[in-house]
Amino acid sequence: MSAPSLPVIRQTAGRGAARAAGRSRSTAAGSDRRPGWVTYVLLAVAIVLAIAPLYYAFLLASSNSAYIAQNPIPSLIPQGEFFDNVSKVLNGDIQFWKALGNSIIVGTVTALSVVLFSTLAGFSFSKLRFRGRNGLLVFVIATTAVPTQLGIVPLFILMSQFGWTGKLIAVIVPGLVTAFGVFWMTQYLESALPYELVEAARVDGASMIRTFWHIALPAARPAAVMLGLFTFVASWTNFFWPFIVLGNQNPTLPVAIQLLQASYFKDMSLIMAGVTISTIPLIILFFVAGRQLVAGIMQGAVKG
Amino acid sequence: MATSTTSPHLDSGRRRDPDRAPRRVGFSQTLGRWDVKVSPYLYISPFFILFALTGLFPLVYTAYVSVHDWNLIGGKGEFVGFENYLFVVQEPNFWKGLRNTFSIFLISTVPQLIIAIVLAALLDANLRARTFWRMGVLLPYVVAPVAVSLIFGKLFADKSGLINTVLGYIGIDPIGWHAQILPSHIAIATMVDFRWTGYNTLILLAAMQAIPKDLYEAAVLDGASRVRQFFSVTVPMLRPTIIFVVITSTIGGLQIFDEPRLFDQTGQGGPSRQWMTATMYIYELGWGNQKSFGRASAVAWILFLIIIVIAMINFAATRKISSETSATKKRKKVSR
Repeated sequence: MSAPSLPVIRQTAGRGAARAAGRSRSTAAGSDRRPGWVTYVLLAVAIVLAIAPLYYAFLLASSNSAYIAQNPIPSLIPQGEFFDNVSKVLNGDIQFWKALGNSIIVGTVTALSVVLFSTLAGFSFSKLRFRGRNGLLVFVIATTAVPTQLGIVPLFILMSQFGWTGKLIAVIVPGLVTAFGVFWMTQYLESALPYELVEAARVDGASMIRTFWHIALPAARPAAVMLGLFTFVASWTNFFWPFIVLGNQNPTLPVAIQLLQASYFKDMSLIMAGVTISTIPLIILFFVAGRQLVAGIMQGAVKG
Repeated sequence: MATSTTSPHLDSGRRRDPDRAPRRVGFSQTLGRWDVKVSPYLYISPFFILFALTGLFPLVYTAYVSVHDWNLIGGKGEFVGFENYLFVVQEPNFWKGLRNTFSIFLISTVPQLIIAIVLAALLDANLRARTFWRMGVLLPYVVAPVAVSLIFGKLFADKSGLINTVLGYIGIDPIGWHAQILPSHIAIATMVDFRWTGYNTLILLAAMQAIPKDLYEAAVLDGASRVRQFFSVTVPMLRPTIIFVVITSTIGGLQIFDEPRLFDQTGQGGPSRQWMTATMYIYELGWGNQKSFGRASAVAWILFLIIIVIAMINFAATRKISSETSATKKRKKVSR
């Protein structure tokens, strides 16, 4: 009702505007209108492109090397050797189970630790007053722009000094807390945790750490779940540093999977079987929690 | 207010009140004050300690290692000044590494941004099953780069690869995706885009939804078509977010390692290092045949300086643009 009628638009803004306004009402220009089928077709193409390489990997994983050599374009129906190939990979010399366990340990520990330390720091930055707060927060944000991967040589020397090379702790420790996490929790608690609640707890005589544990941490839960998910995904897919510091004896999944290429470099079906089973856990996670990932990115997630 | 012997300070403050009469303070109260003063620093300290140890120190120490003869196995040797730097800049592979890194970065970033903006515009419509579409574009994000690289390495196989076979059907000669320089860069850029386009689409979508609707209404009143609205309202309003996406992809993109490393079995970036990136070169110098940490550090330090310079250019550009559009910056949280 509040929108001006077409004649009014014609009088005040000219004929072209009236035509455009009319069009906006009759077609899909207004954002509350349903879009046309072209939009759906284009989006469907995008999603097919997103899924196709993964399905292609599965198709190769369920065939054998002779089939792959004869059919550059595999049949869309799986060949049925998937479980044979998977069991070959599981019993092969890449230590799949160990790698899976390592990936789960590293992912879980870093996710929990990042959530805990980031929420702690976020609580401090967003709700506590202390000298140098703003400067320190700017510093935290600035560190996200530091290419720390370029410090690998000294980091490796450091880990050797500690005797940590080849051990999971060498991968876990550098990831215990991230600048992105601190920034993310600061942003969230800024708006989600009312000062009154913190003050009420303080007046009731709660110590700082109790206030954090009973007031800030519960308030941070939605953002903490998202941060945990992002951290887990990043840890699960991380290759460069585990590859350098862990080596082949005590691998995480990506390190083990690249070994497949060295051990069976002619048999694509086995390589792809390894690729598929190492990806399945995260695909499952994605179906369970993908909604949270989407919401997390859209609430201002930063690549980290 | 325990005493009133002194005139109250102007900026009173219960905090600093040295003349206050000594009052017996209970242990718990002292503890409480200490709690208030120290806790904030205590809570933020894990990040700073960890960053100092695993971020800052290694970067700074890289410079120290780079001026020494330093071996993976033998450890620290003599001080050699700039010898490592002189060695690497005379190596053709060093320059190839830089060339490939920048080439792959540019080839991946530009199309990725364009596709992400278009996809975001499509997702911005009032879709049925909105969450399904959004999740769909994000799916590749959870696939490890190692897995992506193995899959695409096969898709882009020079002989009997799916892509070359399809190209053959439409009458195009097989392309040497591994053998040639530019095609190999395109193949690797495709992997990067496969994984990151959906992610950046969602960032841009969020920014799009933050654009005030009255801007579109004004554009409609001025007679702008939908396409015109997209280029004259949406894209300019997205500029801060686009810059943000570019900056984050610069930092990650110039350190690219996983995808090119696994593009073939040898992991050396091709027989004539067609797709060997700078980070792969660092790895090769430090952990390959030479085992020279000194030389690896020299390359790392050079790359670090290059990234800093680019970051500063980015930063200057961002400041300029954000001051131009300061009234409209919506989501650029980095600069806040």
